Amino acid sequence: MGKKWVAVSANIDECGNKTPTSIVYNEQRFEIDRVLDVKSCPSFKAGGIGERYTVRIGNSTTYLFCERGRWFVEEKV
Amino acid sequence: MHCDLNNFYASVESLYNPEIRNRAVVVVGDEEKRHGIVLAKNAVAKEKGVKTGDVVWEARQKCGDLVCVPARHELYLWVSKQVKDIYREYSSRVESFGIDEAWIDISHLARNDKEAVEIANNIRSRVIAEIGLTISVGVSFNKIFAKLGSDMQKPNATVLVSRDNYQAKAWPLPVGELLYVGRATKRKLERANIMTIGDLARTSVDYLKLTLGKVGEELWKFANGLEDSEVARVDDADKVKSFGNSTTCPIDLTTDEEVKSVIYVLAESVAERMAHKGYYGSTVSLWVKDNSLTSFDRQATLSFPTNVSSDIGAKAYELFKACYDWHLPVRAVGVRITSLSHGDLQVDIFSNLSGLEKHQKLERTIETLRARFGYNSIRRGNIMGYEELSNINPHSETHIIHPVGFFKGR
Repeated sequence: MGKKWVAVSANIDECGNKTPTSIVYNEQRFEIDRVLDVKSCPSFKAGGIGERYTVRIGNSTTYLFCERGRWFVEEKV
Repeated sequence: MHCDLNNFYASVESLYNPEIRNRAVVVVGDEEKRHGIVLAKNAVAKEKGVKTGDVVWEARQKCGDLVCVPARHELYLWVSKQVKDIYREYSSRVESFGIDEAWIDISHLARNDKEAVEIANNIRSRVIAEIGLTISVGVSFNKIFAKLGSDMQKPNATVLVSRDNYQAKAWPLPVGELLYVGRATKRKLERANIMTIGDLARTSVDYLKLTLGKVGEELWKFANGLEDSEVARVDDADKVKSFGNSTTCPIDLTTDEEVKSVIYVLAESVAERMAHKGYYGSTVSLWVKDNSLTSFDRQATLSFPTNVSSDIGAKAYELFKACYDWHLPVRAVGVRITSLSHGDLQVDIFSNLSGLEKHQKLERTIETLRARFGYNSIRRGNIMGYEELSNINPHSETHIIHPVGFFKGR
């Protein structure tokens, strides 16, 4: 597993809570259908610490991490 | 309770580099600037006999497939803050002791030892789940025994040192395990046949005062579970209490002149930061580590508050001359100023302020020149000839803050 930094579009509410709406991965945009869960969590697979968003993109569920303002996904190498 | 992040630097590196997680890992200082010593190691490296303070080649000899990663202080500070934010959810009294340790006062949450241990276990599992690191926690009725408890079992454990069991748990331990029993004190105590914490507790306090002075009485209190200082409040820790900077020198220092030049570079960086933030200070502390990694610090009070580097440097060097006997070369030096005041200077009418103002103007001019033409465009005469020593990045963002001494203000 590698750490793949990605570009993210997100909605930010008046309290500063972020809800990611889409990510750009390998130059392709993926819409996020739903955020299922958010919690502080390490990524043991990719290496890092941050807020872990469990997101549904189409039929698959994946983790999206926000670490110090930057976003990454755990990439299968 | 006292929480200690296990093998902190090495654990963070293992967390961030999954591929090295099961190998022997050490975190090392900058090899080019000759800070190439082991700053931290993980459990695998420890098993192979690698020690903190080993030079890199020495560590490699002990362990062939050692992974050496350079230190990333800024990352460690950030991770440390994330962990301490968890602690702060439990109490407003969280007192940091270095980057990887902290005391937490949970007396308002726990009615008895059992509840205190439950809270400790809860914090421990949250740090694993949210940060991915393990901590050892010591739960006790005072800070000294809590610290002792957190050292007893590593990694990832909670140890209770209670009023009922402290004699069984703490007293059999070697006296050197007690906080503030350094190498010299340990030697003195052992010469008097005081080998364990229990021996220390049972020794007459008058005898200890006679042998060690005021410290003797404090240590006797520590050993008997009578230490009663409070865990400092978060708010207190947030206020600026000191300005300091320290460095490991590119070569070991062997002369007064070399030490003086390093002290003045550090004093300049401290003075500049104080002036920027509008602070004055009147207590100067000097911290010195020799090449056996033994360190000490001493402080002295100035007769007037200042933020001028020559005042700070002169006092720090005076302390060095008075306290260091050159039994070993010096590896690292730190300068810190405390007893701070903010804003306009309040001094008595007899103080000669014009000298201070003149110096301040001079220093601000030097800073402006450096900002325009580079740090080395203007330098002190006493630093010339020691360029390699003075080239120590005094403006590093990761100023190392040493824990406030227990005996401060007593």
